[in-house]
Amino acid sequence: MTITLPRFTLRTPDVSYRAYHVWQRNRDVYLRLWRSEAIWPLAEPVITLLALGLGLGGLVELKSGQRYIEFIAPGLLAVFPMWAAAGECGWASFIRMDTQKTFNAIIATPVSIEDVITGEIMWGATRALIGGAYILAVTAVFLLLDSPLAILALPIAYLSGLMFASIALSFTSIARSISSLNYFFALFITPQFWLGGVFFPLDGLPGWAQGASWFIPTTHVVTIYRGLVEGSPQWSHLGDLAWIVVVTAAFYLVALLSMRRRLIQ
Amino acid sequence: MNEIVHAHNLVKRFDDFTAVDGISFDVRTGECFGLLGPNGAGKTTTTRMIACVSPVTAGELTVAGLDVRRAPRRIKALLGVVPQEDSLDPDLTVRQNLAVYARYFDMPRALAEERIDESLALFQLLEKQHQPIWALSTGLKRRLAIARSLINQPRILILDEPTTGLDPQARHLVWQKLRYLRGQGVTMLLCTHYMEEATHLCDRLVIMHQGRILVEGTPAALVEEHAGREVVELHLGEPERERVLAEVASRPGLMVEEVEDILYVYARTADGRADIAELAPESDTVVYRHANLEDVFLRLTGRALVE
Repeated sequence: MTITLPRFTLRTPDVSYRAYHVWQRNRDVYLRLWRSEAIWPLAEPVITLLALGLGLGGLVELKSGQRYIEFIAPGLLAVFPMWAAAGECGWASFIRMDTQKTFNAIIATPVSIEDVITGEIMWGATRALIGGAYILAVTAVFLLLDSPLAILALPIAYLSGLMFASIALSFTSIARSISSLNYFFALFITPQFWLGGVFFPLDGLPGWAQGASWFIPTTHVVTIYRGLVEGSPQWSHLGDLAWIVVVTAAFYLVALLSMRRRLIQ
Repeated sequence: MNEIVHAHNLVKRFDDFTAVDGISFDVRTGECFGLLGPNGAGKTTTTRMIACVSPVTAGELTVAGLDVRRAPRRIKALLGVVPQEDSLDPDLTVRQNLAVYARYFDMPRALAEERIDESLALFQLLEKQHQPIWALSTGLKRRLAIARSLINQPRILILDEPTTGLDPQARHLVWQKLRYLRGQGVTMLLCTHYMEEATHLCDRLVIMHQGRILVEGTPAALVEEHAGREVVELHLGEPERERVLAEVASRPGLMVEEVEDILYVYARTADGRADIAELAPESDTVVYRHANLEDVFLRLTGRALVE
């Protein structure tokens, strides 16, 4: 009798240009549904800017003397694209994977599961880019941009979109049901929205909290945006950028391996 | 090459559960080959291994001479897959579903458009081409799923329970399309638990049970060999039942199978048929009919084998 050992399964992820076809599929659906898809990302940033920037901002005096609405503008550039990317690769990817069996249909073709994951993350980042471009336009209309460097917010929106999409898809790959994703959004995304240095300066916090904020992805994104929007980029921003690149790469790998484990059985 | 799929001692294990337990079979070019068996027999697992979406635990499995472990992308380019679950894109139209799918095969746009027109016409979906998927009936969705699987002109079409959940009319329409494709020389691998479907469509088939292949052959030969030509179904009360069972045991031309409260008596020989007539005179508790694959299945997976 022969004994069959399981095959050694550690292998290089099989990613190819076909990921683009997955991106195209998501784009096609978005172009068909954009009227209903776009309303939240269009309305919410403006409401926030009006309510917090002008409304609450009238009551707030910052130590730096900066107007409150100017202070939160770069932060909004960071967090709404975060929501766009995470929502896309959280809820929307879960529906494609689980309810619609879209991933199963795609991997029956020459497209690999790794192509699917890569295409999903590229699309999540694209949603962040669309959101970033829109908020950049809104903040320009409110005359909140002090520097032409602000245009560099767009590549950063895409890059940070890749990061949030990869993190979200990693959670999606282990979610048992769509409501399991509530943990991710309630305990990971929402705290970053409120606590990531968008609405109040982190330097007013106790030391331990400032240390902890270093581990929060939005903190680094917000820091870069402040430099760009205010026209005061610093070398330390390269460190923030490197932090984002490393976290993106790590979670991209997690998403690849974990999704393969879930769908290729 | 005549054999498009070749499986030898194919095994699939999930942790400590063996879903496919060392099966061997070949699918020949141009035929419709059936994998029959109840739910859980290992049919879907087998097709998933062929479609390169489930890693093989042990054994050999090649498609068009290519090893599923080494050349998944090349193999998948040669396959058309109609999955058991609906996996159409609900947010896209009928036509967009086909166009998006063609792109996964790197098909040039002009060629894709041409093929989409052809298959929409063949599957009578032209009128519906701009409708969203949610507006389609189950039968139309299934036809679209088959049209989608043919977009790359596959060397082999894998159909997993293609008519489950369809009403009789929709089912017959799907069968008609599949017979047409078979006539066109499309090789098909059909998984089904409907014996009638297999009889209608398959040139050759295997019957699977608990991960193993029980028998292989043409539908007619399997029926002849395992169930004979005529069957009588007896719906009897307890004393009558005992009498018939005793009678059958004493007549070598007869075989019997008990399923719940029905006795199926099979005649092996011409004498056997006379015996049956004697044993069970016509009444409303007795049904005479031709033997079919369902009987083969009952004979092979009857109580003795399950317990």
